[in-house]
Amino acid sequence: MLEVEAGAKTLIRFTLNGKPVQTEAETRMQLADLLRHVLKQYGTHVGCEHGICGACTVLVDGRAVRSCLMFAPQVEGATVITIEGIAGEDSELNDLQMAFRKHHALQCGFCTPGILASATQFLKERADVDEQETRGMLSGHICRCTGYSSIVEAILATAKSRKTQNHEPNSTERDK
Amino acid sequence: MKPAAFKYMRADSLEEALSVLAKYGDDVRVMAGGQSLGAMLNMRIVSPSILLDINRIFALSKIESSDTLVTGAMVRQADALSDAIVRREAGLLAQALPHVGHYQTRNRGTLGGSVAHADPSAEIALVLATLGGEIELRSARRVRRVAAKQFFRSSLVTSRGGDELITALYWPGASPDQRTAFVEFAVREGDFAIVAIACVFQEVAGRMRLGFGGCGEVPQVVEIPITTGTSTRSVEEIAQHLSKQLECRSDLLASSDYRRSLATTLARNAMMASMEKARADA
Repeated sequence: MLEVEAGAKTLIRFTLNGKPVQTEAETRMQLADLLRHVLKQYGTHVGCEHGICGACTVLVDGRAVRSCLMFAPQVEGATVITIEGIAGEDSELNDLQMAFRKHHALQCGFCTPGILASATQFLKERADVDEQETRGMLSGHICRCTGYSSIVEAILATAKSRKTQNHEPNSTERDK
Repeated sequence: MKPAAFKYMRADSLEEALSVLAKYGDDVRVMAGGQSLGAMLNMRIVSPSILLDINRIFALSKIESSDTLVTGAMVRQADALSDAIVRREAGLLAQALPHVGHYQTRNRGTLGGSVAHADPSAEIALVLATLGGEIELRSARRVRRVAAKQFFRSSLVTSRGGDELITALYWPGASPDQRTAFVEFAVREGDFAIVAIACVFQEVAGRMRLGFGGCGEVPQVVEIPITTGTSTRSVEEIAQHLSKQLECRSDLLASSDYRRSLATTLARNAMMASMEKARADA
């Protein structure tokens, strides 16, 4: 059993975007703050800090989760992927990101890293995607710019092109 | 908003978790998926001196079915939703789960955590109460099973003792003639249900159980005699009659009158849907 006194820091080791990380944090620190303030990965955005807005969504062991509702020591041993790790190693946008650009699925971009995390898992676990299901998944995110339709289009288009081209996932995706 | 400082204890086994609860009791908040508790900690609605993280007790993540479907307290809502045994043995739960939070919170939120939290609008608690299910509670002293009906006392209040941990949920099996329906209304998808209805129609036995969630502080379950031949008009009258007797609270989302009116409509819809399924399968 791990026991950490209130206010004390604890050692946390995990894999972040394919690289091993070893750091220290207070146990009450939100994962979102660990990523931003300690590890200086500012791509994860913080909106509401109580699990409603979806901006801080990241992939933990392949699953889209709210990084404001996980505390730092909970990712010990986990594989975490943030927006910084969603594109390929050469930082080229992946097909989903390209579709977001093509379909104007973002405007200010604040909600986008979270939505891309959710859409990454969503597309990976199903070959066929319908609009209703996509909108259901997106109900966990708040976007105040787009009205969502263009985001739905981008996700549906990505699903379609992956299916028709029998898309070969790139290495970062396979790691998820 | 950030949580107040807490002592963090992460149990690797059930025994460790129970010993922490035995020693510190009500000073402890147990964190399962943390999708409600995390928000409450961040907003400092709660500030426990000890946070007991049970996410590494893998023994609590099992889904088993012999006579009765038993789900470990730490089964994630997303895993229950995609589980073939759950779909087969507890169709009503599978129907309700898409309404629980969002895609992202179901990835982490658990069945046991939702039951422990006991939010009045919670779908999992409603289904468990409607099916006549039970909650398994363990402490260092004993194991006991409590009927859902007795477990939920009030909004966010349960009969769990300070030294107890919810370890499993028991979902009574469906009879072959059983048809179910789940309907709810929330302002947006994934929001708290203003009213949710779980419906179990046993065609051969000629009875129906209706669970009303979101209305009162706890799920309210009633049983009525009914057959597939019951007219639409009678169904409407029954729905109205049942709703009149409901405890309906008022809050920022809705008045008690609105809840009662909504409960009438949704109860009728749920009853009609389950009867329609029975007719279609006949």
